[in-house]
Amino acid sequence: MIEARGLTKRYGDKLAVDGLDFTVHPGVVTGFLGPNGSGKSTTMRLILGLDAPTAGTVTVDGRSYAEHPAPLGDVGALLEARSIHTGRSARNHLLALAATHGIGARRVDELIDLVGLGDVAGKRVGGFLLGMGQRLGIAAALLGDPSTIILDEPVNGLDPEGVRWVRTLLRDLAAEGRTVFLSSHLMAEMAQTAHHVIVVGRGRLIADVETAELLASASSTVVVRSPDADALAAALAGPDVSVAPGEQAGVLHVRGVAPEEVGETARRHGLALYELRVDQASLEDVFMALTSDSVEYRAATLDGSPA
Amino acid sequence: MSTATSATSSAPADQGGRRRSVQVRPVTTLTATRAEWVKFRSLRSSWLVTGLTTVGVIGIAALIAHFTNTHFATMHPQERAHFNPVTTVLNGVNFAQLTLGILGVLFVTGEYGTGMIRATLAAVPRRLPVLAGKVAVVGAIALVASIVATVVSFLVGEQLLGSHSVGWGYPGATRAVLGAALYLTVVSLLGVALGFIVRSTAGGIGALFGLLLILPVIFEALPSSWNATVGPYLPSNAGGALWQLSPDHALLSPWAGFGIFCAWTAAALVVAGLLLRRRDA
Repeated sequence: MIEARGLTKRYGDKLAVDGLDFTVHPGVVTGFLGPNGSGKSTTMRLILGLDAPTAGTVTVDGRSYAEHPAPLGDVGALLEARSIHTGRSARNHLLALAATHGIGARRVDELIDLVGLGDVAGKRVGGFLLGMGQRLGIAAALLGDPSTIILDEPVNGLDPEGVRWVRTLLRDLAAEGRTVFLSSHLMAEMAQTAHHVIVVGRGRLIADVETAELLASASSTVVVRSPDADALAAALAGPDVSVAPGEQAGVLHVRGVAPEEVGETARRHGLALYELRVDQASLEDVFMALTSDSVEYRAATLDGSPA
Repeated sequence: MSTATSATSSAPADQGGRRRSVQVRPVTTLTATRAEWVKFRSLRSSWLVTGLTTVGVIGIAALIAHFTNTHFATMHPQERAHFNPVTTVLNGVNFAQLTLGILGVLFVTGEYGTGMIRATLAAVPRRLPVLAGKVAVVGAIALVASIVATVVSFLVGEQLLGSHSVGWGYPGATRAVLGAALYLTVVSLLGVALGFIVRSTAGGIGALFGLLLILPVIFEALPSSWNATVGPYLPSNAGGALWQLSPDHALLSPWAGFGIFCAWTAAALVVAGLLLRRRDA
C-alpha cells in the first residue's frame, strides 16, 4: 500500500508535484496516468526516497521508504529510463543489487529465466536493446519478492509479445495480493492493464477512479445506419439529442440517446435499421479531455468519485 | 518466453504474514560493501586501470633507473646533488596518483553517468553505506596494487641503478616505499570523495588534477613567503613528505605531512557524505 499526503516537489521555480493525495491499494493493478512532464516520474522518485519532498509525505506500508531495513524485500521498482551501468553484464548487475540484501545467485538466475534474458545474461548491458533493458529492470524490481511493485513506463520499447507478457505478469502479481503501481502516458495501455487509475496533470491530481468508471463517464456516440436516415433523424430529434450525418450515406451519429432508445424509436416508426452500434469514446479522447483543462475537470470529478 | 510468474507465484502474498520464497537480509554497511565489490570486479575498466597503474609504475622505475645509471657520469652536477636512490625509483608514483585517483572518481561517477546510482540508492536508501562500501573496496584494491607497484619498483629499480643502488637499510627507504603505497591508497579515496561531490567524470577528474597538480603550481608562482607557509600543507605536498626523500623540498615531517593529507581526504569524504545524504539522486 502506497499513501501520498500533500506530496509536493519543487525544482527551482517549477512545481513538479503539487499537493498529491492518493492511496494505491494492494490486490489490483493501479495505473498512474498523465502526459509527459506531468510529475509521474518525480512522484515515483519521491516514493523511493531518491528525491526528498518539498512538503508532504509518502509512505509504503506505513513508513517512508528509507525506514525499511530491507527495502528490496518490500518494494521493487523499475525506474524511468535505464538505471543500469552499461559496462556490466545483466547477471552481474542483478548480483550487485542482490548482494545489498544478502540475496543469492540462485534467485538472480531464476529471475533471468523469468524475464527471458537467459541468452544474453553474460553480455554487457551497453549492447542491449531498449526492450532488453526493460526486462532487466523488471527482473531487478522482482529481486526481493516485494509486496509493492512500482514501474515507470514498463512497456516502453517492448515488442508486442513483451507488452503482453508484462500485462500478464503485472496482473498475476496483483492477483497474489501485491500492490502494483505503474505509470504510462498511454491511456490505451492503462485500459488493458490497470483496474484503477490515478490521473495527474501538471503535478496535480485530476482523477482517482476505477478504469471502467472513467470510461463510462466518457460520452459515447451511437452510430446507426438506415435506408430511411432522414426520417429516423427527424424521429430522434429532441432537446438533448444531437444528430449528425456520417461520412457514408445513410449513417447517422447520434449523441445523448441510448442505443436501446434508437432501436425502439425506429420500430415505432417502422424504419428499417442495417446497423446499430455504440462508438465508445476512445480512451485517448477521455484522457485528452481530462488533461487538457486539468483544473476544471478536477472540480467536476473529485466530488463524485471515490478517492 | 515464460509468461507465468513461476518465480513469485510460489509465495502467495497477503499484507501481514506473507510467506517468502526469497530471504532478504537488512541492508548493512557490510552487505553494501559486498555489493560494491561485485560492482568493482564486474567492470572491465576497474582491472584495466589497476593493471595499467601497476605495470606503469614499475616500467617508469625501470626506465628511469636504467638511464640514470648509464648516464650518471654525464649528468649535471646539480642533478647529481639532488639524486636520491630511493625517490628516483619511486617516480612512477606521480603517474599512479592520477590513475588511482581516476579509479576512485570513475567508480562513483560511472554510476551517475549511467543512472545506476538510482538503482544503488534505491537498494541502500540510507546511502552512507554506499560511500563506506566504495571507500573500502577502492581503498583495498588501491593498497594492494600500489604495494605491489612500489615494492617491485624498488627491487627492479635498485637492480638497474647498478653502482648507485641502495638496499632496504638505506635511511627512509622502507618508509618511502611503503609510504608511497599508503599515499596512493589515500589518493584513490580522495577520488571517491570528489566523485560523490562533483558527480561527473570530467568534473571529478578535473577537481582531482586541480588539487594534486595545479594547486601546488599556483602557490609556487605566488610570493615565496606564501608558498613557504601554505605550500607544505597542500594535499600532494603534504602527502609527498611521506615518500619523497629529496632534501630540497620544504616538506613537513613524513608522518605529519601524511596526517595532513589524510585530513584533506577525510574532509572531502565528510563533505561527500553530507551531500550524498542531502541531495536528490
